[in-house]
Amino acid sequence: MQKTLKKYFLVFTLPTLAAFAFAFIIPFVQGLYLSFCEFTTVDNATFVGFDNYIKAFGSGQGFLYSLGFTAAFTVVCVITINLIAFTIALLLTRKIKGTNIFRTVFFLPNLIGGIVLGYTWQQMINAVLYKYGTTIVSNPKYGFIGLVLLMNWQMVGYMMIIYIAGLQNVPTDLIEAARIDGATSWQTLIKVKIPMVMSSITICMFLTLSNSFKLFDQNKALTNGAPMDKTRMLALNIYDTFYSKTGYEGVGQAKAVVFFIIVALIALLQLSATRSKEVEQ
Amino acid sequence: MTKTKKTADRIIFVILLILAVIMLYPLFFILNNSLKGKFFISKDPFSLPNAETFVGIKNYITGIEKTGIISAAGWSVFITVVSVALIILFTSMTAYYISRVKSKVTTVLYYMFVFSMIVPFQMVMFTMSSLADKFGLKNPIGMCILYLGFGAGLSVFMFAGFVKSIPLEIEEAAMIDGCNPLQTYFGVVFPILKPTAITVAILNAMWIWNDFLLPYLVIGISTKYKTIPVVIQMLVGSNGNKDMGALMAMLVVSIIPIVIFYLTCQKYIIEGVVAGAVKG
Repeated sequence: MQKTLKKYFLVFTLPTLAAFAFAFIIPFVQGLYLSFCEFTTVDNATFVGFDNYIKAFGSGQGFLYSLGFTAAFTVVCVITINLIAFTIALLLTRKIKGTNIFRTVFFLPNLIGGIVLGYTWQQMINAVLYKYGTTIVSNPKYGFIGLVLLMNWQMVGYMMIIYIAGLQNVPTDLIEAARIDGATSWQTLIKVKIPMVMSSITICMFLTLSNSFKLFDQNKALTNGAPMDKTRMLALNIYDTFYSKTGYEGVGQAKAVVFFIIVALIALLQLSATRSKEVEQ
Repeated sequence: MTKTKKTADRIIFVILLILAVIMLYPLFFILNNSLKGKFFISKDPFSLPNAETFVGIKNYITGIEKTGIISAAGWSVFITVVSVALIILFTSMTAYYISRVKSKVTTVLYYMFVFSMIVPFQMVMFTMSSLADKFGLKNPIGMCILYLGFGAGLSVFMFAGFVKSIPLEIEEAAMIDGCNPLQTYFGVVFPILKPTAITVAILNAMWIWNDFLLPYLVIGISTKYKTIPVVIQMLVGSNGNKDMGALMAMLVVSIIPIVIFYLTCQKYIIEGVVAGAVKG
């Protein structure tokens, strides 16, 4: 059967491969090469070695500041989102009336796009701050808190769904056995439920980690980096380097490569974490 | 049920209710303000509209005239539906081929698709949009082709994972009955792939519908092919928040289709998201 199918290579793969080449392979290779070039369009590139990378980390680029801001934001979001989502999941697996309606409501924000969400929250936060005669773009602290609130509001429902699926798979006889042995509900949670949903916890940690780290739309809409680029995350920093002023396209591309390497490292870490879990089971 | 459990459940119900109100409040906030005159929004954003501030659907009319959001919604629907259809059809065929035919080429292809999943969009955005420019892809059809290419990673990966679990015997039987590979695929394999196809469709639809940067960079802001997120961005960018009434109304308009879609296909969406998270 393999032999007959083999002759159909182009029939089965050509459309996907052609689109994949256009959208990903060629741009990726070209992008890698251009990060070592000075250019304003892809056709006028001159090779400059590691110049762009040195410039990317130079002062005035704010790349390290954005990296620090993004890292702080990511840490806060990973902790808060997972704590809140796990708590809600625990509350929703107690078979209380209305559980399904609550689940529906909590998940809803996840489906709304970042631009629309960003402006919705910008309007709401500004409405609160208006009473104190200020706006979200007047203090980077407001922007940071706003981004964390928005991210929690959007992601908690998503993580909650994964935690609920994990908690529902914990065998009831295990929980019953713990109860008969005299365990309090806190002990049951720590010693039975949490170890049994470790794989869900790993998935949620990495989903929140990579989604927070790569955030762009919400950042662009909520503060657009203001004031003075003090709330500008990595993705927006790269975007601004490309499109705000000409002559820095190479630096933008070098930043993008660094960004890609960090994201790839996070993904590899996730892969090895899930692999080691699989061995244990 | 003991008394303490009952009281505990009641307290938890109240906590959940408060959380639900918090979750829905931002949506209520924009809906509420979209019904008020634009000068009253910043003055008193938290009160309900009253006889003085209520303007009915005036903000919606201004907003629709100013932004052309109706045509943007049309293009959003067109691009999302066509892209998802292309993704389902072609990536499932590709996944089937590279899981069934074992060779160096298919192994390399598989790992390239997996690799593409971890590459952030910023890495390819500049080169991709200039390539799209060169090859005349700056139109809705071109967008669909780019989405097929950029969505291929996750979709091939998910389909390939499922194809591996289908027993070969079924396909062999079809082949013996005289089917060629295409007939075998569409007659026998594709129907079995349906649950995965629904998951892949939902994950891609959610992403494409909400995607901002790709249409913003590729199609741009000066054509008639703008999508909803691009229109919202332009409304704020162009008039610097001055007409807040229209902005509120347009935010409401862009959320309504999502809420309707969610409430009608909730079961599939939640299942799909869980399946996608576990595999991705």
